[in-house]
Amino acid sequence: MAKRPVYLDLFRIHLPLAGWVSVLHRISGALLFVAMPLGVWGLSVSLSGEDGFKRMADCFSLPLARLFLLLLVWALAHHGFAGLRHLALDVHWGVDQQRARQSSVAVLLATGLVVLFAAWRLFA
Amino acid sequence: MRSATGSHSGTGAWLVQRATALLLAFALPGLAIHFLTAMPLDFDGWRALFAPLWLRLLMLLAGVALALHAWVGMRDIFMDYIHPTGLRLALYLVVVVTLAGSVAWLAAILFGAALWRGA
Repeated sequence: MAKRPVYLDLFRIHLPLAGWVSVLHRISGALLFVAMPLGVWGLSVSLSGEDGFKRMADCFSLPLARLFLLLLVWALAHHGFAGLRHLALDVHWGVDQQRARQSSVAVLLATGLVVLFAAWRLFA
Repeated sequence: MRSATGSHSGTGAWLVQRATALLLAFALPGLAIHFLTAMPLDFDGWRALFAPLWLRLLMLLAGVALALHAWVGMRDIFMDYIHPTGLRLALYLVVVVTLAGSVAWLAAILFGAALWRGA
């Protein structure tokens, strides 16, 4: 049997747009997993009393903390929109190549809009 | 008996992932609107946001759904990339402890006495 070529070098694979949306869905999901205990910790501190609330508020006045928050907004938006797309694919909606590509573009556009809006609210 | 790395838990996990995804798709935007439309706030205003029972129940429900959802997702990632069985099971344990701990902590925050101390 002839040896089949195996291209697992990620930099040599040309992923279609839907592939990128899927990879990013996974990365954003892992990021949100890490964010969950952090979020609960932040909630705990912010509700622990005046001091804790002020500590959290001061923390989120730092540009770096806001940038991290923006990253989480991206992760949540991308994961949510790409997840809705996967649910649609589950019921065989938009499975053909053209519509799968269009819905991938829609996911990226919708995520971009949410991130832009959040960036405006956080930094403007 | 099912082995620790058995292959018959896929359909249940798939269904849990989808069901929790749907729940979160409705709950998270609702919660986001509840919190973001109230900003900016001082401490008393922030604490008052958590006063309604329905809000605390919805947050706990979303937290449980998120934990189940994240469990299936992280399990999928580890099944794909972490092939040594012992290491994979150890990572499962880390994920389960992290998620269960987060939910328990969230419940303690939302329904514990600290939130209402001096209220």
